[in-house]
Parts: sequence; structure tokens; C-alpha cells
Amino acid sequence: MYTHEYSGRGDSVPLEVLLVEDSPGDVRLTQEAFHAANISVHLNVVTDGVEAMAFLRHQGAFADAPRPDLTLLDLNMPRMDGRQTLALIKNDDSLKTIPVVILTTSDAEGDIAKSYELHANCYLCKPVQLNAFESLARSINDFWLTKATLPQIQ
Amino acid sequence: MYAHDYTDGGDDMPLEVLLVEDSPGDVRLTQEAFRAANSSVRLHVAADGIEALAFLRREGVYKDAPRPDLTLLDLNMPRMDGREVLAQIKKDDKLKTIPIAILTTSESEADIARSYELHANCYLCKPVQLNAFENLVKSINDFWLTKARLPQAQ
Repeated sequence: MYTHEYSGRGDSVPLEVLLVEDSPGDVRLTQEAFHAANISVHLNVVTDGVEAMAFLRHQGAFADAPRPDLTLLDLNMPRMDGRQTLALIKNDDSLKTIPVVILTTSDAEGDIAKSYELHANCYLCKPVQLNAFESLARSINDFWLTKATLPQIQ
Repeated sequence: MYAHDYTDGGDDMPLEVLLVEDSPGDVRLTQEAFRAANSSVRLHVAADGIEALAFLRREGVYKDAPRPDLTLLDLNMPRMDGREVLAQIKKDDKLKTIPIAILTTSESEADIARSYELHANCYLCKPVQLNAFENLVKSINDFWLTKARLPQAQ
């Protein structure tokens, strides 16, 4: 009961969240929103799919990277986009149990359907309004990091 | 945006939720909790995995069944259990995009890991306390049926 111990006890072991996002502005907003929502969230940031896979596979500069409790994945990014990254994660037996939440400005039905087909755990549209974005970060924290039971780190 | 049309528009198109649960007591509690959380949720109940798959595939008495926006799936049930139902849904190209939330009393690490491996969209432990259970249903409604973007019914 990984998350429940952490969220219930309020100790200093962080909840590791990986944010895969190429926009510095969105990274900053997400950091601030999570900081406000839950002080024990440790937000790790990478800026495209290539870096995300290196982080998850502990390669190169990410040799000591933690396994994320939750990954927030943008769809449209340079080098390797979110769709390819999602497909790689969900086809990899050592990574597939990590919950992946798509967090994107795209509200195209095609992107939504394709993401669920590729086994995204859920799909969220980034709101443009700042307070709606903060409220969404709070919802992600409340649902995924408090209510949901996450797989234990292997 | 299927879910948003319903919740934001405030019209009377229901959100279709399939509950797969063999305990009549738990069915009753879930019905009451959803009624309190969101009056536009229409909760359909299947008592085991065989019934659930017949509902999803519109077989027999279920020929007019709606495609669920969300499915809540118990793990331990007679005839066909939740693990088998989950595996079948997530292997079926026509059904795999339907979000499946595991809702069970099991806190076993093996059940949690196995469910995420089989591409459950999330795993939730049923709390024993009644108000905690009502809170959980409220969270499911707030997150999945309000915030998350769901695939459009086909």
C-alpha cells in the first residue's frame, strides 16, 4: 500500500512523479500546482520521449533515477512524441505497470481514442485557464496519489 | 468530449457506468453513493464476469446495452473472476478503450501488480467504512466522469 502509507503518514519519503513535457511554461505551472497540492510530491521533469525512456530505464545521466509512482505524459513533443513513448512503456514488461496519465492540450477524439488503445491509464486535457489547471493538478493528486492504489516499486 | 458534454451541459443524457460486482450489499451501497454523487450516472450491474462480457458484447438479454463510459470491476467473483474479464476486455480491439477501474477489497500486492499488468486503468481498494466508501465513489465521479476525457462511444 505504497501511496496510502505516504499520504497517510505525512513523512518525508516523496511520491515520485515524472513529468514529460517540452514547454518550460507548462513545466513551471505544473511544478507550482503540485507544490500547492501536495508537498510530498517530488516532480521529476524530462522534456521529450527520448529522455523519458532514458529516465525510466536508468540510462546515462538517469542511472539513479527513481521509478515513478505516476507519469504525466504530454503528446506533442520533439524527437519522440507521447504516443511513441506510451507505446514503449506499455509494451515493456518492466515498465508497463507504471500508471501513465496523458496530459495534453489536444482534445482531438483521435488522440483520446488512440491513447486509450495504447493503454494510457487516463487522458486529461490541459486547461488554458490558470485556476482550472491548478484544480486539475489537485484532482490528479487527490485521485492518483491519495485514492488509487499504485503498484509497489519493484 | 463525451463526459464533458454531459456534465457541463447539464442535459439529461446519462453517463453509463457498468458495475461488475457479485455482492448485493456492495451493489446497493454503490448505487446509493453514485445517486448522491451525480444524478446523471446510470449504473448498470452485472453479477459476474460472464454477465459483464455479455453486456459489453451486447449478447442475449443485453442486446440493447449501452457502451459504458466507465466500468468498475470487482476481482473475486464466481464463474469468471475480474482478472479474466479484465484480460478479455483489454485484448479485445472493440472494448479495450473502455476505462476499467478495479474496485475490490483485496489489498494484495500481487493483485495490484497483476491488474496494472493487464492494463487496468486504475486500482481502488474498497474501504470498509461507509463514509470512506461514499468518498471514494465521489472521487471516482469527480475524476473519471468530470475531469478525465473518455473515449467517445463507438
